Amino acid sequence: MILDGKCPSGPLHEKWDRRKQELRLVGPVNKRQYKIIVVGAGLAGASAAATLGELGCNVEAFCYQDSPRRGHSIAAQGGINAAKNYPNDGDSIFRLFYDTLKGGDFRAREANVYRLSMVSNNIIDQCVAQGVPFARDYAGYLDNRSFGGAQVSRTFYARGQTGQQLLLGAYSALMRQVRSGTVTIHPRMEMLDLVIVDGDAKGITVRDLVSGDIKCHAADAVCLCTGGYANVFHLSTNAMGSNVTAAFRAYKKGALFANPCFTQIHPTCIPVSGEHQSKLTLMSESLRNDGRVWVPKNKGDKRLPSEIPEAERDYYLERKYPGFGNLTPRDIASRAAKDVCDEGRGVGPGGYGVYLDFEDAIGRLGENTIRERYGNLFEMYERITGEDAYKRPMRIYPAPHYAMGGLWVDYNLQSNIPGLFVLGEANFSDHGANRLGASALMQGLADGYFIIPYTISDYLARTKPGVVNTGHAEFRRSIEDMNASVKKLLSINGRRTVNEFHRELGRIMWDYVGMSRSEDGLKKALSIIPGLRAEFMEDVKIPGSGMDLNQELEKAGRVADFLEFAELMAQDALHRNESCGGHFRVEHQMPDGEAKRDDENFRYVAAWEFKGINKEPGLHKEPLSFENVKPAVRSYK
Amino acid sequence: MNLNLFVWRQKRTDEKGAMERYEAKDISPEMSFLEMLDMVNEGLIKKGMEPIAFDHDCREGICGMCSQVINGIPHGPKEKTTTCQLHMRNFRDGDTIYIEPFRAKAFPVIKDLIIDRSALDRIIQAGGYISAHTGGVPDANAVLIPKEDAETAMDAAECIGCGACVAACPNGSAMLFTAAKVSHLAVLPQGKIEAARRVCVMTEEMLNEGFGNCGNHYECRAACPKGIEVKFIAKLNREYIKAQIGMK
Ligand SMILES: Cc1cc2nc3c(=O)[nH]c(=O)nc-3n(C[C@H](O)[C@H](O)[C@H](O)COP(=O)(O)OP(=O)(O)OC[C@H]3O[C@@H](n4cnc5c(N)ncnc54)[C@H](O)[C@@H]3O)c2cc1C
Ligand code: FES
Repeated sequence: MILDGKCPSGPLHEKWDRRKQELRLVGPVNKRQYKIIVVGAGLAGASAAATLGELGCNVEAFCYQDSPRRGHSIAAQGGINAAKNYPNDGDSIFRLFYDTLKGGDFRAREANVYRLSMVSNNIIDQCVAQGVPFARDYAGYLDNRSFGGAQVSRTFYARGQTGQQLLLGAYSALMRQVRSGTVTIHPRMEMLDLVIVDGDAKGITVRDLVSGDIKCHAADAVCLCTGGYANVFHLSTNAMGSNVTAAFRAYKKGALFANPCFTQIHPTCIPVSGEHQSKLTLMSESLRNDGRVWVPKNKGDKRLPSEIPEAERDYYLERKYPGFGNLTPRDIASRAAKDVCDEGRGVGPGGYGVYLDFEDAIGRLGENTIRERYGNLFEMYERITGEDAYKRPMRIYPAPHYAMGGLWVDYNLQSNIPGLFVLGEANFSDHGANRLGASALMQGLADGYFIIPYTISDYLARTKPGVVNTGHAEFRRSIEDMNASVKKLLSINGRRTVNEFHRELGRIMWDYVGMSRSEDGLKKALSIIPGLRAEFMEDVKIPGSGMDLNQELEKAGRVADFLEFAELMAQDALHRNESCGGHFRVEHQMPDGEAKRDDENFRYVAAWEFKGINKEPGLHKEPLSFENVKPAVRSYK
Repeated sequence: MNLNLFVWRQKRTDEKGAMERYEAKDISPEMSFLEMLDMVNEGLIKKGMEPIAFDHDCREGICGMCSQVINGIPHGPKEKTTTCQLHMRNFRDGDTIYIEPFRAKAFPVIKDLIIDRSALDRIIQAGGYISAHTGGVPDANAVLIPKEDAETAMDAAECIGCGACVAACPNGSAMLFTAAKVSHLAVLPQGKIEAARRVCVMTEEMLNEGFGNCGNHYECRAACPKGIEVKFIAKLNREYIKAQIGMK
């Protein structure tokens, strides 16, 4: 099937306005009759739920944490992009659009990315109005910094806690709606299933993580805002509970999963310290504004960094990419780090690390300025490693971080299942094959505050409110299925823990479906994952019962889904016989080792359809056309 | 290193709990405190026993989910550090460690180390926001904010809502939490319009939820992993008095 993204016609800058004109509205009185389920309360979910509530809809908001204030958006450090051009350094909506599209290696829709750039400015206005304390200069104006993949300063930030402040802004808007009675929150609830009635999404099945009860909720439309799936790698910068479950269960009910192999490995994370490692910690990309990345020129150089003279250091990013230097996009910086470590020039225990050095910046600006800019990051680094980065360079290494892939949605953020909308990191929409820094926060809030309120109205206007309730057979069946699958997991009573399986899956994914991928490696992954999955279903041990708070059971459900999803990811990576963005196939590289895209054969979105476990998924293509930019070779030299 | 743990185990809210003893063996100083507990749990699971339930998510010290009292101190011995960011290099071989949930009247225990903190959400619901509608707001630079004010607002806004201040307070007060939000918004020009109402309704809600009042012990500041300062409590009190006078 050839998929249609349903982008509006007309000139690029008029498309969104035209679409808004075409979309139907629901009158204020009628809005009250519609119920909308929003799963997830990160930036995308909280902003959507608050805004839809404010418009008068009845919103039921779900999250697995104990409070909606804790979605993993909270962990975003660096900042949020917008095309305000406050610094007057040549930015514009078009430039933000172009940078984002190019950053994504021309694997995203032009119309979507342009709309994102357009509404970026409204986001900053909105957040300031809510009281988000962005950094300011001495005259009281908003301050900006630069981020990877851009030559302008367009990133707004709140110390090293931008995500926290934006999320607390959205959360406070959400709490305001809870108070006014339009939104009901359901924390400590995990979505296990999507319920479809006569082809339309009409509800979800959730497990109450405290009581263990499995229950259904019916609504007129469902928004999934459940974040990304980088935890398929076991170790990542995501939260411990971040999962693919909600999206994957929707996939199993017929929603298409787009570009699952497009995952981002972030270049600046604290290296792994041992087997016990449970997650990886990001050191914000903003550090690359002032930090210089280097490794020793000689292999196996075990001297302390301070003992290695300037002439024997290789500032490899500055050398290879003089135009962008330390601010090359993430995929490129990550691969370059892997290359120098594979050559045997890595630093730290195990040799999987590179230096991020602030000595020059401290010399130029003084320690105080550096402390002001990144103090909390340096503290975090010290807490985790026990080292003082003001005195010796940080050690960093790439780590799985973000999922560009996600459920397929059209321009209206609607999946192929009518009534199922997908927002934020959970959809695939705007970042192509690689996401630029500071653009995920922008996308989450764009989707939630400024896009979904328009597009969902159009669906509601065509839908009669309240036609199904949880008494419907589909809901009853869903409850039965979910109860059965919980029972099944608990009955295995094998010998190995959930973590052991997750760790093993992570190793497979990192080795064969990670930063560089080959046909042989991907085939190898595809041959071993089903075995691991079978072993999981025979040998996992989950103590306790289902009718209680049971964290092992929660984890088991998530890992079971990762074990299935991993295969889809590897399949997608194998089918995409080109290199682009974060997807690097060793067979396809330029003589200098850069990614070699194949626009002739792969200029499309790959959207996969579930056909059954252990069955090949079906491939649907959405061709990408570029009317306003010419897909160029992505060069940052 | 090897450690002796005493951990609070409680099956559910309405059942009695007790401290139980566990051994943590071969712990590396590079591990985080929660990774140490992960390891203990793996051992329990293999023996067919129920692992210790504890809240956690980001493990980066920002989501506010982790909430353990370690050797009598909420979030443990290291200053300005959440439970998840505490590393084992802060302990010594042979140490005995007592691990309990955050305790307060307003925070019932759900299971083991997991507590119910929804009362904090309800304090925010009462008025911890600026009533800005989505869309239709002025340009972000239309209102200038002195850098010092933006910095002060940020100092207060850094609160992660973990509740350590409540657990540390002899009165089980949520004053630091409430004061942080009141101050964050009251310092900013956008937040001034609703400031008087906000401070009244939030304080009232705090007391309704069963949190105690502030007795100026300032244990909250010592326990706060973000170092939120008690000057914000003074700010809340000032805002409160201003509001009372203004209202009469
Ligand atoms: C450490 C880190 C730093 C980052 N820094 C930046 C940055 O500086 N700039 C930038 O632009 N981007 C950054 N990103 C990326 C960005 O933060 C995320 O992509 C974005 O915040 C995702 O928002 P979201 O709303 O889609 O999902 P999330 O914030 O992850 O929220 C997911 C929500 O879904 C809920 N949920 C998930 N599964 C279920 C389920 N099965 N049932 C019920 N509820 C569920 C969760 O409870 C949560 O509320 C960073 C990411 C990380 C991990
Ligand atoms: S787990 Fe998020 S703050 Fe500790």
